[in-house]
Amino acid sequence: MEMAKQEWKFTTKDIAEKPDLFLSGHRACAGCVPTTVLRLIMKALRGPTIVTQATGCMEVVSSIYPYTSWAVPWLHTAFETAAANASGIEAALKALKRKGRLKHEHVDVIAIAGDGGTYDIGFQALSGAVERGHDFLFVLYDNEAYMNTGIQRSGGTPKGAATTTSPAGTAIPGKLEYKKPIADIMVAHEIPYVATASPYYWRDLLEKVRKGLEVEGPAFLHVLAPCPRGWRSDQAKSIEYSRLAVETCVFPLWEAVNGQYQLSVASKLIALAPQKKRPVTDYLQGQGRFRHLFSPQNKHLLEDFQRITDERWRRLLAKCGVSAKP
Amino acid sequence: MKSVVKQERMALSGDEAVAYAVKQSDVDVVAAYPITPQTIIVERFSEYVANGEVQTEFVCTESEHSALTACLAASVTGARAFTATASAGLALMHEMLFVTSGCRAPVVMAIANRALSAPLNIHGDHSDSMAQRDSGWIQLYAENAQEVYDSIIQAFRIAEDINVLLPVMVGLDGFTLSHTLENVDTLPDEVVKQFIGSRKFPNVLTHEGKMAPFKLDPDNPMTMGPIALPNYYFEFKRQQEEAMKNALSIIKQVNSEYAKISGRSYGNGLIEPYCLEEAEVAAVCLGSTAGTMKTVVDELRAKGVKAGLLRLRTFRPLPVEDLRSALCNVKAVAVMDKCMSFGGNGGPVYHEIRHVLYDADVRPYVVNYIYGLGGRDSTGTAKYLRGSPADSSGKAC
Amino acid sequence: MSAREKSWKEIAPAGVCSRTSTTFLTGDWKTYMPVRDLEKCTRCLLCVLFCPDGAIHWKQEKSDIEFDYNFCKGCGICANECPTKAITMKVE
Repeated sequence: MEMAKQEWKFTTKDIAEKPDLFLSGHRACAGCVPTTVLRLIMKALRGPTIVTQATGCMEVVSSIYPYTSWAVPWLHTAFETAAANASGIEAALKALKRKGRLKHEHVDVIAIAGDGGTYDIGFQALSGAVERGHDFLFVLYDNEAYMNTGIQRSGGTPKGAATTTSPAGTAIPGKLEYKKPIADIMVAHEIPYVATASPYYWRDLLEKVRKGLEVEGPAFLHVLAPCPRGWRSDQAKSIEYSRLAVETCVFPLWEAVNGQYQLSVASKLIALAPQKKRPVTDYLQGQGRFRHLFSPQNKHLLEDFQRITDERWRRLLAKCGVSAKP
Repeated sequence: MKSVVKQERMALSGDEAVAYAVKQSDVDVVAAYPITPQTIIVERFSEYVANGEVQTEFVCTESEHSALTACLAASVTGARAFTATASAGLALMHEMLFVTSGCRAPVVMAIANRALSAPLNIHGDHSDSMAQRDSGWIQLYAENAQEVYDSIIQAFRIAEDINVLLPVMVGLDGFTLSHTLENVDTLPDEVVKQFIGSRKFPNVLTHEGKMAPFKLDPDNPMTMGPIALPNYYFEFKRQQEEAMKNALSIIKQVNSEYAKISGRSYGNGLIEPYCLEEAEVAAVCLGSTAGTMKTVVDELRAKGVKAGLLRLRTFRPLPVEDLRSALCNVKAVAVMDKCMSFGGNGGPVYHEIRHVLYDADVRPYVVNYIYGLGGRDSTGTAKYLRGSPADSSGKAC
Repeated sequence: MSAREKSWKEIAPAGVCSRTSTTFLTGDWKTYMPVRDLEKCTRCLLCVLFCPDGAIHWKQEKSDIEFDYNFCKGCGICANECPTKAITMKVE
């Protein structure tokens, strides 16, 4: 990207004063944190930007004709196409610039998709787009199931979670498979920037959006975005869950710059003081999708949730060059 | 009035003719994925890119689905976009064909027409594009490499006309045209560039309450591809149908304007009648088969049979009036389909021709022949015109 | 479902939206509304940042925040996240 690096000023006041580019009046459920994520992301822009979005709840709630919640140029085409849209937009901008037909020195491109549009149906297009090296930021807002169609399991749904296609039955206790480590898979594509973020740590989120835009080439940002409807949780606690996921190391915050992993502050503090790491039950309890895990016969599932969380945390620490403390 | 310009004769296959036409058409973005018998198009175009002969951004996508999606997104960003595919590739694009026309993105796509699996078959028939009949794309079918070249250039003009704004696919028969070397007269670069002109955008009302060119532009933000509920969805489909109607006259106009600079025209752009005046029996076909059929008509005429041919160049929008007036005076029409409509009592072109003639004062007999599936040779086509006119049941042979 | 106000001849092609969602009020969805204790509020602005509906505005001229009940859906995130517990949710 050829834009001059701008000073970041992500103080609460600056962000609060910045006019919303994702507008009020969208039709998301009360307590929808994916919309908080979109509001925040749009406050980290650095200049002219085009946003493209996969089909999903955030697309639907923000573009019910004739109303739009997008103050920036915005395109939706289909479910699996966010990254392919970004490829086309970026290619067009490049060609138009080359031919002297682009008014702007540079235009940023952001693709937004949910977990369905990223882990599952949109993965091929995403993998192809980053392999080709298009200069864009892909933001995954991960609410861990197909919420728009009514809470069906996706590759991003954690093991044990009850969804409408992985219900907690008498024979099968919710989803049987682990959550796909999508951000690690994106690091394996050897792209310049990959990061995870949580809206509770809003400044970290904004900084990562900005870094993703500034880096030359593809960037991938994985944002955990609690959905009270799909998680069957208290709508007032949606932001709280985005904090608990980090404090329990279920969703650690990190970034990989040119493949070099490093922990972000919130998770680094836990790595340095392991006693601060909270048990996963602090995060799981209160979420209706995990309620069945707390019944005595499913004790092993709860233990397995802790085990996989710890194992993935240990692996992350190793990647970040931090030795795991007992 | 412009006069016919001096042209360079080149030996090109149909695929190469496409690539050359795209090279001359000042295309901004080409996104594509390889598939036989289309691949030569993007191979040749890659060479133009590799040698710096074009300023086009060339995107080798990981699938045809993404190829068309990238073209669509590039197009609504204000670029001129092109892709090419065939058979399974077009089938994979199916979803995005509707989105492209629905987004009113004037993408141009060459289809090297090929059979669909299973069993796998790489040879020519029309099953691929006929299956996309209702996807909202304009469909042109070319007879030879020359027409392939001319049609690609015309397609950009047609698609980008602000009264049309619809994507166009240009069909060239797999192998018969795609891989066969022919003499092609080519226009000078500047003439092509001038003929197509730069992209034009209608002004539309945005959410900011102002009129702005219809494209993604940070200076004039607009929301494209939203969700439309039952209160408005229908309106957008109605607009697309209107654009299709407009395309009928635009295709004709482009055909005649192109004739002035090139000296070549293809009927009126919609249909091309051959010996149809005072004909008693006529065949209707698409694409390269027309070349063979013209020979057959000549032979029959020499024998005293009043035979004629109607080549349907524009399948979508269907030139209903033109077809009806061209065919209503013959006694019998043999409709040739290089495609099967399973269980549909005849092929897709047959259905349409019968539909067109239903309103004729005197309805000719209409028979259907399914031929050439999976690249089967169709040299003995004379029999189609000798088929019993009484057999109007549409029985496939 | 909104009504149809324009014909196909009057609207832009391809669904280009003609108005912002700020003209679509969602405030009547709520059962509970946030009420703020002005004494306890430190104007830390976290509620402004976290509100999913952009329904809490920082008013620079007043150096204070303001709830926009036209859009507030009453989720209670502001009350839950308020570090000084200055916001409570009351039945509307």
